[in-house]
Amino acid sequence: MLAFVLRRLFQAALVMLVVAFIAFSLFNYVGDPINMMLGQDATPEQKVELRESLGLDKPFYVQFGAFVGNAVSGEFGLSLRQARPVSTLIKERLPATLELAFCAAILALVGGVVLGVYTALRRNGVFSQFLLMVSLIGVSLPTFLIGILLILVFAVTLQILPSYSRGDVTQIGWWSTGLLTWSGIKALVLPSVTLSLGTMTLIMRLVRSEMLEVLRTDYIKFARARGLTNNAVHFGHALKNTLVPVMTIMGLQLGTIIAFAIVTETVFQWPGMGFLFIQSVQFADIPVMAAYLVLISFVFVSINLIVDLLYYVVDPRLRIEQTSPAH
Amino acid sequence: MSRFFDSDIWWSFKRSPATMIAAVLALLFILGAVLAPLIAPHNPYDLAQISLLDSNLPPMWNTSGNADFPLGTDQQGRDILSTIMYGSRISLLVALCAVAMSIVMGVGLGLLAGYVGGRVDSIIMRIADIQLTFPAILVALLISGIGRQFVPRDLQDSLALYVIIFSIGLTGWVQYARTVRGSTLVEKSKEYVQAARVIGVSKMAIMVRHVLPNVLGPVLVIATLNIANAIIAEATLSFLGVGMPPTQPSLGTLISEGQNYLFSGEWWITVFPGIALIVMVVSVNLVGDWLRDALNPKLQ
Repeated sequence: MLAFVLRRLFQAALVMLVVAFIAFSLFNYVGDPINMMLGQDATPEQKVELRESLGLDKPFYVQFGAFVGNAVSGEFGLSLRQARPVSTLIKERLPATLELAFCAAILALVGGVVLGVYTALRRNGVFSQFLLMVSLIGVSLPTFLIGILLILVFAVTLQILPSYSRGDVTQIGWWSTGLLTWSGIKALVLPSVTLSLGTMTLIMRLVRSEMLEVLRTDYIKFARARGLTNNAVHFGHALKNTLVPVMTIMGLQLGTIIAFAIVTETVFQWPGMGFLFIQSVQFADIPVMAAYLVLISFVFVSINLIVDLLYYVVDPRLRIEQTSPAH
Repeated sequence: MSRFFDSDIWWSFKRSPATMIAAVLALLFILGAVLAPLIAPHNPYDLAQISLLDSNLPPMWNTSGNADFPLGTDQQGRDILSTIMYGSRISLLVALCAVAMSIVMGVGLGLLAGYVGGRVDSIIMRIADIQLTFPAILVALLISGIGRQFVPRDLQDSLALYVIIFSIGLTGWVQYARTVRGSTLVEKSKEYVQAARVIGVSKMAIMVRHVLPNVLGPVLVIATLNIANAIIAEATLSFLGVGMPPTQPSLGTLISEGQNYLFSGEWWITVFPGIALIVMVVSVNLVGDWLRDALNPKLQ
């Protein structure tokens, strides 16, 4: 167990080191930071002085070490575009992204399970067939097109929902939430639906096929023979047993949701981290890009580490396989 | 030719009307894209041919439409149908080149990992595992967004095509590497490989001339399905503004530019390229699905 955990931790640390190295080289080799900070008409003496005070004359490994040290404490310098600390910018944008991702995940989970159960129980119903067909089309639709189509229908034609920004937000400490005002909730609808659709169709199809499988098993037949009501069989026995794979898939889908939040945020001009990153790419705002790169990699490495460890805890077969030589 | 029309593949193709429609549509797109300079009604990027007087015309079935511009025009007076044809050209070019790059890289590394084995194998497959933990679109976005910073500012637009092909291509190699590694491991233990080794053929020659032709079958199927993914990835990156620039727009760039005109009522600028993208992706996907089933002996 310990060896497994240590190996996974080592691997995660290695990935983070590589990412930190890319971010570091972005900082140091794209453009000349000295020229960027001092402008064109600085004297050579000023340049040397700044170079020394920034530590840019030190050997490579000292600079890299200092960069990693700063990154660990969340320090990435000033944004070139907004001239404010990157850590402040990220702190401002983080709640927007997390709220959007959270709502999308809940929506995908609840919607996916409900529709999956429905299509499994009414296997031959017209509406079920319709849902399955729609989900097939939904799988091949790119996220940004879904967003644009929703804007066209609900914001432009029907004019019932806003199509950009977060509406009114309430500040709770450094956290800003849109969940407490009516306009904030209205602004959240279209982006979170857009972001959730892909995952929702995936979960719906998964729940449907798992349900169909479980409904054929002996213990379900036995439960029916005992005279349990349909509801008790469907929800007490069948649904419960389909939820284990749903949980694992949902864990992995969290990563996808965070990745596609970038696209959704751009479509709806949602002031989150993904939109910040896209803007920073267009303005070549290196410190913001570097910070985002490190942060998003950290999120993914952590998610995967946790999922791996959970598998290990949940599935005893993995523990046995570890004793034989790995693939 | 008669061998082809007698084959199982042609037979299963004839039995699936959805695939036939999809194949015809995909073919139309490819023809329209390849022949765009010859058959497009206008050249939207020739400044002498476009006129601001024609700007923001609705599609021709609208009363104020103009039959010269069947799907309407954009804010600069460019014909939407022509921009779609030229745009699909770029979308398809990027997708094909990116998939080709993934294939070369994935097949090469997979062959190496499977045939050489040992430390080489574990390093290659570990990198593959790590890359798989990040969603493909995120990897492509990070590579493309960060890669363009290393390109000089004034060259960014002209090199955008290469940056985007590189970023999508680099994202897709893992699937090929895994498949090829698996089949290489199987082929490696077969007699013809042992025979070749006994008579002293070099490792490189065995890999390229003997093993490679026998592991390429599944690669074809994955490639067809991945073309659709690459088209979507390109469109998404261009939509986000880290793909093709407005001077050389792909379908994604067109959709992104058109989005700004949704609220002033010019829906056709963004909707028609969007429909084109969907039809293209779905038809390529359907052909790919059919090919996968048709080439799978277990399903016959």
